[in-house]
Amino acid sequence: MPARVAVLGGGVGGTLAANLLAKGLGRDVKVTVVDPTGMHVYQPGFLYVALGQANGRWLARDERTLLRKDVDLAVERAIRIHPDAGTVQLERGGSLEWDYLVIATGARLVYDTVPGLAQGAYEFYSLEGAQRLREALRTFRGGRIRVGIAGIPYKCPPAPVEFVLMLDGYLRKRGARKRSEITLLSPLNRAFTIESASKLVQPIMERRGIGLETFFNVESVDPSAGVVESLEGEKAEYDLLVLVPPHRGQRVVDQSSLGDPGGWLPTDKRTLQLEGHERIFAMGDATNLPISKSGSTAHFEAPVVASRIASLVHGTAPKTNYGGRVMCFLETGDGRATALRFDYEHPPIPPRPSRAWHAAKWVFNRLYWETVPQGRIPERASKGRGEA
Amino acid sequence: MSTTTAKRLDLKGLSCPLPIAKTAQAIRELRSGDLVEALATDPGSVPDFAAWCRATGNELVEQSEDGGDYRFLVRKK
Amino acid sequence: MTLATQVDRIIDARGMPCPGPLMALIGAIREGEVGDAITVLSTDQGSKTDIPAWVRKAGHELVEVAPEDGYARFVVKKAR
Repeated sequence: MPARVAVLGGGVGGTLAANLLAKGLGRDVKVTVVDPTGMHVYQPGFLYVALGQANGRWLARDERTLLRKDVDLAVERAIRIHPDAGTVQLERGGSLEWDYLVIATGARLVYDTVPGLAQGAYEFYSLEGAQRLREALRTFRGGRIRVGIAGIPYKCPPAPVEFVLMLDGYLRKRGARKRSEITLLSPLNRAFTIESASKLVQPIMERRGIGLETFFNVESVDPSAGVVESLEGEKAEYDLLVLVPPHRGQRVVDQSSLGDPGGWLPTDKRTLQLEGHERIFAMGDATNLPISKSGSTAHFEAPVVASRIASLVHGTAPKTNYGGRVMCFLETGDGRATALRFDYEHPPIPPRPSRAWHAAKWVFNRLYWETVPQGRIPERASKGRGEA
Repeated sequence: MSTTTAKRLDLKGLSCPLPIAKTAQAIRELRSGDLVEALATDPGSVPDFAAWCRATGNELVEQSEDGGDYRFLVRKK
Repeated sequence: MTLATQVDRIIDARGMPCPGPLMALIGAIREGEVGDAITVLSTDQGSKTDIPAWVRKAGHELVEVAPEDGYARFVVKKAR
């Protein structure tokens, strides 16, 4: 009897884990991916859509085309996980039995916890949001643009910084930069979560006349007055407001009472098991791990999850741990980019921004569909943390 | 059709995806039919070069490996 | 643990890399009520400056900063 593995979520983590499990275990496993839309979205593309550099067409693909033939796909929404019974309840009434479960359900955006956010702010964390923002920027004639963060944690820590740097270039090209003020409202006392990256980008922001307000945690928005207010009691006036919306874990996690107050799954940082559950694994944005919520995190976690489940199926000692590896690009807006590569033991040493890293990000954007979900990039690639 | 290599790139020690990125940058400067030889040590470059050639229509003329050193010969379309 | 402070929430952020402990504190303050006492345990060196700096700016009360064995304990009261 093949072991039954249910993978909740068809994003980069779930897709890669499913493919690696099927590839590694063959007939010893039956893998089913459960995804509510059946569409796999390349989220790093939203930034480019917002800035008019790409349309949405290359951003989403049918999940079925990314999965191996021996992996089943159920286009369904999981609504409740029953760990003891080993089942997952589905929205339309069915139920899926599993011997091993991978929860790769990602994060969802919640707009209503910050008053005025939905009416007053733009965002580029969804395709629709990115398209709306693109239109707003197209007709923007000049004024004060504030870019802030309305909740922690959020996906892709570099994104707001990339956005202001690329926005600077975008407005210059349109001849609207001199009539505009760009400010990054950071929840911390620096531009970015990672200190070495902040040290790199803050001088660049300063040179380009991009303002930085620190310790500005967005609390509410007053759309009629054009004012955004912080938890710290400060106000900022805006003509165009772009906010990273608050994030939570998916509803199925809340409904199953498995998450912490933010809806994030308590996960072992090395084994990736859901705490207290040997046969349930959590990965990607859905976990409570205090590391970057990024596609690369899920990408590097997937082989560990697949390997550990394989060891459980075969009754052998587990062979791998997740070492906290993350790799994020950071565009600096002038045709250059840098890369943040780190893990639990090593903070990043970002190289000086270069055209080579910008090319690398674009090659990655282009090749993503042909390589990542199917596992065609070997994870054993050399670290090279400090190289230029 | 050119048989001489217009550009040789030593990309050893660079990690994924820099080898393919630098090759893509270099190829932009060349003429159609020109050959680029790239040397890399990152195992990720194998699927990267294959996928990139497939996606762009550039020809992966040759690919070989010798003790952890990879050699790619690409012809610009 | 001082008996004078009523602790409503304890965040064990030991092992979390910077800026995890501060972010966890900010999240807890957001979710909490005025008067709540939130304790954060942190091994991160940056917390020693970041947490007091944020608490000062945000107008809350830094009730206690205590060195423990290999980590630091911060007790913050939500004041507004």
